[in-house]
Amino acid sequence: MHAIIEARKVEKSYGSEGAGMIQVIAPMDLAIYPGEILAVLGPSGSGKSTLLRILTGLARPSGGEVIHHGHEVGGPCENVSIVFQSFALFPWLTVLENVAAPLKARGVPAAERTARSVKILDTVGLDGFENAYPKELSGGMKQRVGFARALVVEPEVLFMDEPFSALDVLTAENLRGELLELWQSHKMPTRAVFVVTHNIEEAVLLADRIIVLGKNPATIRTDFRVALERPRDRKDVRFTNLVDYIYRVLTRPDLAPALQPVAAVAPGAKPKYQMLPHAARGAIAGLLEMLAGHNGRDDMYRLAAALSFEIDDLLPVVDAEVMLGFAKVEEGDVEITPAGRAFAEADILHRKELFRTAALENIALIRQITHSLEARADHTLPDGVFEDLLDEHFSEEEAKAQLETAINWGRYAELFDHDNDTRQFFLPEEAPADSQPEAASR
Amino acid sequence: MTLRPVLSRTVIGERTWSALLDLAVFAAVLAGIEGLVVMTRYWFGAMTPAAEISRSPTALPLYAFYSVVRIAIAYVLSLLFALGYGYIAAYNKRLEGLMVATLDVLQSIPVLSFLPGVMLAMVALFPTRQLGVEFGAILLIFTGQVWNMAFSFYASLKSIPRELREAARIYGFGKWQRFVELELPYGAIGLVWNSMVSVAGGWFFLMACEMFVLGKRDFRLPGLGSYLQTAASNGDTAAIFWGLGTMIGVILLIDQLVWRPAIAWSDKFKFEQVESSAQPSSAVLNLLRRSNLLERFRMAVLAPLSERIGLRAARHSEIAETPRPAAHWKMVVGMVVGALLGGAILYSLFEAAMTLKTLTAPELISTLLGAAATWARVIVSLLIAAAWTIPAGVAIGFDPKLARFAQPFAQVAASVPATALFPVLLLALIRMGGGLGVGSILLMLLGTQWYVLFNVVAGAMAIPTDLREVADVFHFGQWARWRTVILPGIFPYLITGMVTASGGAWNASIVAEYFHFKGQTLQTIGLGAQISSATDSGNWDLLLLSTIVMAVLVVSVNRSVWRPLYRLAQTRFKLEG
Repeated sequence: MHAIIEARKVEKSYGSEGAGMIQVIAPMDLAIYPGEILAVLGPSGSGKSTLLRILTGLARPSGGEVIHHGHEVGGPCENVSIVFQSFALFPWLTVLENVAAPLKARGVPAAERTARSVKILDTVGLDGFENAYPKELSGGMKQRVGFARALVVEPEVLFMDEPFSALDVLTAENLRGELLELWQSHKMPTRAVFVVTHNIEEAVLLADRIIVLGKNPATIRTDFRVALERPRDRKDVRFTNLVDYIYRVLTRPDLAPALQPVAAVAPGAKPKYQMLPHAARGAIAGLLEMLAGHNGRDDMYRLAAALSFEIDDLLPVVDAEVMLGFAKVEEGDVEITPAGRAFAEADILHRKELFRTAALENIALIRQITHSLEARADHTLPDGVFEDLLDEHFSEEEAKAQLETAINWGRYAELFDHDNDTRQFFLPEEAPADSQPEAASR
Repeated sequence: MTLRPVLSRTVIGERTWSALLDLAVFAAVLAGIEGLVVMTRYWFGAMTPAAEISRSPTALPLYAFYSVVRIAIAYVLSLLFALGYGYIAAYNKRLEGLMVATLDVLQSIPVLSFLPGVMLAMVALFPTRQLGVEFGAILLIFTGQVWNMAFSFYASLKSIPRELREAARIYGFGKWQRFVELELPYGAIGLVWNSMVSVAGGWFFLMACEMFVLGKRDFRLPGLGSYLQTAASNGDTAAIFWGLGTMIGVILLIDQLVWRPAIAWSDKFKFEQVESSAQPSSAVLNLLRRSNLLERFRMAVLAPLSERIGLRAARHSEIAETPRPAAHWKMVVGMVVGALLGGAILYSLFEAAMTLKTLTAPELISTLLGAAATWARVIVSLLIAAAWTIPAGVAIGFDPKLARFAQPFAQVAASVPATALFPVLLLALIRMGGGLGVGSILLMLLGTQWYVLFNVVAGAMAIPTDLREVADVFHFGQWARWRTVILPGIFPYLITGMVTASGGAWNASIVAEYFHFKGQTLQTIGLGAQISSATDSGNWDLLLLSTIVMAVLVVSVNRSVWRPLYRLAQTRFKLEG
């Protein structure tokens, strides 16, 4: 079977050539075949939305090529549609005008435009709302307009970028069901659907084939067919087993290599930076306490449920604990280490000390900031120095986020502080005497 | 099921209304055609650069008409220019930085500094027809209106959300459709508000644009501005009040007939996902929407026309989509044009330097002294504005009842150009014995304090209620309340208002520091006075020097004071959810 759209050795990186380049998508091959719903799963920041934009031709890959029916894609693909997470409707156009806009772009005359748009609005259950403006509609209805606009051009491939994640749970469930019905009854002329999501159950519910991405950079961790017959039952053992399997893939210890520095640099040439997970220290402590209470080990899926976290929100916290040496991950389970247990059982002041030791020992960036500050006579340094260093390893945005997390952790550990106005790091002793009373106890 | 027509009183009433409305629309169209005829006859008549300005109130309707047409044409030109300039600046990566910086500088140059060049060029272009002088005046008004509009459109284009842009791309919008359905609507609200500010600026400088002396040549165009100026220089109090009354009346009328409907109409372009509870409304817009005649015109002419343009543009863009080899000649042409432009700029810089060399030491000293004096006045006027608008604005913003009463009043007060009030103020000032040195501060204040007031009101309204409740719960004293809640809350808005007011005050100095009154010239030391008197006496070297000094001052104050404050406002004092 011939692929409709095929990515060959497609990769994406930011920054200049050489050691400083950060790769968000490692060279990957991926094909979309007729007749399938393909779901791409991955933790947030894994580059799955970027991948979607490359496949549709909205973004150019840094390397490799995207082939659409045997031709290399140079600009936005013809005959594909996107359903956006934020709906991306034009608020000043009515529902009808929004849906008709893609037809207008193709030079379809007014009468035919209206007829086709009304028909598709009918299909998605929006008849009677033709002359309403998007802001008068609920979120679910807005996304129906998004679907109508995507389907009205009879796209060969329907791309969806987290289409249900801005909706409440019930509305999302309802829309998913209707989408499946349209697809199975062939009421939409679409030959393939490509959906990006971070919701594992959604992927298992919808897809014929699932690709799980790892991050930093994005690589294909696994690519498999879902053999469950439709309609799929969430309570079916095979369903829950599959969900469990994907959790395990997402959280498997071979996540560790991905935590290593992204750019391959010669040893000793430059300090290596781990990618700091953006976890709040409160969440780190909270999860450790919970683990200590659960005999030191628990399934990540259950932990997420107990904390009423999305797994996506839990992962950075676990990453942080692993990085600090407070926990280990094995087969989808998190296990507390002795250091972690000591932390969980310590009082507030003692915790700071344990955190300080762990951060200095394990986090390169924090160690470097602390040592650099200690080496300076005035014990201050502009943060631009570190931002420049990080810029060589991360995208500009990520570099900022990395610095912010480091500041957050460093403050908690009372290793250093940061003045947002002067944009400088300084050692806590350098602060006015009243601001850091605890610093004296070191 | 068939609906039986029920003829209630309201339905009949509405029907009659509609016919009356159609008549009104029809009458308006006729009046417009008649106006066009009058205007054309006047424009293509022989040139009378220094018309005799009558001080009789009966001349006022025609004068008002001339002035309105000038401002309207200048406004339309500004709008077109703003769209073009903003568009190119936003999409041409190579030119973007240069174009934005140019806008910054042009914005800081007072309208009078454009005067000699524009006027002499236009008169040279149409030496025998009134058209030349007229067009010169229109271009002058244009230079006072256009820059903020261009900047607004540019800023809107740059802030279009990414997913909307992607939707337009993936659904194959051509350039035309993208402009009509994405870019123009997204920029509409900013454009409407900036249009109001711009046209108010047009009224502000109307007197300077309609009547002036250029060296030995005297220019006087019939209009409201020249009427007021003539009345003032003759000390004709009755005429001043007639002229003022007419001007305020015209401004209020335009506000009701144009701006209110425009604001109400542009509300649909607000980029929001949820409908807000308070929506601006306009009775005139509602009436227009009900007119059968306009509706028929829309259905029979406008809709098919826009359809044809849209389809043609779509087909055209489909053809253009097929990739073409990069045009080599385009690059060559671009390089040639760039080299020519660069050469022209270098040459005029050289010429300017040569001109400046002829300036005498006293002139240089007086320019510097004037700059210092005007600077001091700008600062004092800003301080006064802040001193009264902050408490007043916060009081209005916190009290919805007061706001409902004060908003319309302040808006009317703000739309009355300060220049129109100058003569009256001057009379009062002279009677009280205050000189123009102090009086000009008051005049600057009149023109600029409103920007600060409106922004402070908006800022106070934007302070979340829970923050104010925190202050209540913890029994904050007045001072603590101001320092921890109110001042930080309004800070970003205050800065925005002050930036606008500061630019406005510099520009206003040219009319505030120099004034013809009762046959004599009142002036005080200042950069604005120097620009005005240099224009009057045809001392182009001095005009050039003062203009450069003013532009450099305004731009560097913007960069060194306002921009850092603005950044601080954007980062530290931003209220985020």
